[in-house]
Amino acid sequence: MTEEIIIAGFGGQGVLSMGKILAYSGIMQDQEVSWMPSYGPEMRGGTANVTVIISDERVSSPILTRFDTGIILNQQSMDKFEGSVKPGGVLLYDPNGITRHPERTDIDVYQIEGARLSAEMGNTKIFNMVILGAYMKVKPIVLLENVIKGLKKSLPERYHTLIPLNEDAIRLGMKNVVRKTA
Amino acid sequence: MGELKLMKGNEALAEAAIRAGADAYFGYPITPQSEVIEYLMSEKPYERTGMVVLQAESEVAAINMIYGAAGAGKRVITSSSSPGISLKQEGISYISGAELPCVYANVVRGGPGLGTIQPSQADYFQSVKGGGHGDYKQIVLAPASVQEMSDFVKLGFELAFKYRIAVLILSDGVIGQMMEKVELFDQMPRLTDEEIYEKFPWATTGKKKGTERRIITSLDLDSHKMEEHNHHLQRKYKTIMENEVRSEAIHCDDAEYIFVAYGSSARIAQKAVDMARAKGIKAGLIRLITLFPFPEKQLQAFCKQGVKGFLAVEMSAGQMVEDVRLSVAGCAKVQHYGRFGGIIHSPEEVLRAMEQQIIGG
Repeated sequence: MTEEIIIAGFGGQGVLSMGKILAYSGIMQDQEVSWMPSYGPEMRGGTANVTVIISDERVSSPILTRFDTGIILNQQSMDKFEGSVKPGGVLLYDPNGITRHPERTDIDVYQIEGARLSAEMGNTKIFNMVILGAYMKVKPIVLLENVIKGLKKSLPERYHTLIPLNEDAIRLGMKNVVRKTA
Repeated sequence: MGELKLMKGNEALAEAAIRAGADAYFGYPITPQSEVIEYLMSEKPYERTGMVVLQAESEVAAINMIYGAAGAGKRVITSSSSPGISLKQEGISYISGAELPCVYANVVRGGPGLGTIQPSQADYFQSVKGGGHGDYKQIVLAPASVQEMSDFVKLGFELAFKYRIAVLILSDGVIGQMMEKVELFDQMPRLTDEEIYEKFPWATTGKKKGTERRIITSLDLDSHKMEEHNHHLQRKYKTIMENEVRSEAIHCDDAEYIFVAYGSSARIAQKAVDMARAKGIKAGLIRLITLFPFPEKQLQAFCKQGVKGFLAVEMSAGQMVEDVRLSVAGCAKVQHYGRFGGIIHSPEEVLRAMEQQIIGG
């Protein structure tokens, strides 16, 4: 099994940290992982993206142009990455701020209203965890227990009180993801 | 098994420096390797092991601090990215002339000049052909993973002290910035001043009564002595060429077409090998781990095996390809492919280049 993912959105949405949590979860279930961010001036206020690979085998190229899954969180990223999802792959997106919805019919398109749901929970910082939950429902590659283990390992102790909130957000994402293609 | 962590390449290098028992890191921040000094400053190794971490006023100051501390037999490391490494070249030449051990890392970005902060491999010539002046060589290790960013610090110090030579870890923005699983090696002790005095008869640790003065210099105005010193250096480099070549062959046993690459390009080419094999093309990859010494014999062996062509893949306009050509001496077709100036080639582009320039060309 090899899962090649692009997560793309605005800087500040938690794109990079969501990728990091995914990668950590992969390690918790004894898989090989890589996390390759876009870095540089484009991150300041502009778009941010990260390529995450989770695999049972040694990861070859951390640099990819085609992905099994695209998690797309703004219009610029939709324009840039809709075409990069492999045929038969998954495109998961948040409709907030999207003016042109995905048009491809050779992939599975899913929608999650992460911005709305996290605002309703009263904490927009957990937006990325709602998205992560949606992804975990669509592609059950990393298990919730391993995500929690990964959070415990990667977060400083003083933030561990926030783990239940993150878990709630993941479950909310799992419950609310909607399939858009037939 | 050592401790498992998810780390950036730059962070793994920094942590490895602490664990390898380094006495000091002297450096100056520059993208894409600033995480090295950031990590060291936040880890406070001066509390963990007594290791000094110092932000110098410039790259030139940092490399001369390395020169001084290495002369005293200390285990010292610095790092920078391309423009900063250019500034350090005078010091590297002096360190090479004075035969001092040190490890330094170049997390390469696109050039020339200030260039860009995105990844590149265009510092190959500078690394293996001598970026500073004089007939010197340094051992060049090319990590292709975060794991190797850690492992090569330990290996680098071993080689640096074994041969009294500068060891360069030639990385790039991809390896420095990406995160992967890394198994950290256990903490090694720093040497005491007494141990340094006993182990290194050349180290300037302060003249003791009744002992010879120890002198560190790269200067000798007697040309005959300087020629002899150069002969000595060349003999040392030859020993290194005979004993320290490292490379990894992937799917090469039955290969007709071989990608030659190092660092992040080797990872990209490895994916291209998988894609080629899926299409029925017998492709393999020779990943260069040491760039000096260059794996000449390993490449020559492929000629006897009947390989039809080599594609050198590097994020440059074609530098390592020259050493590939010299090694295989016309036995098979050799071509170069690479994007540069901060653009990273994709596995698809690399495979297409093999199909068009070697197989179909």
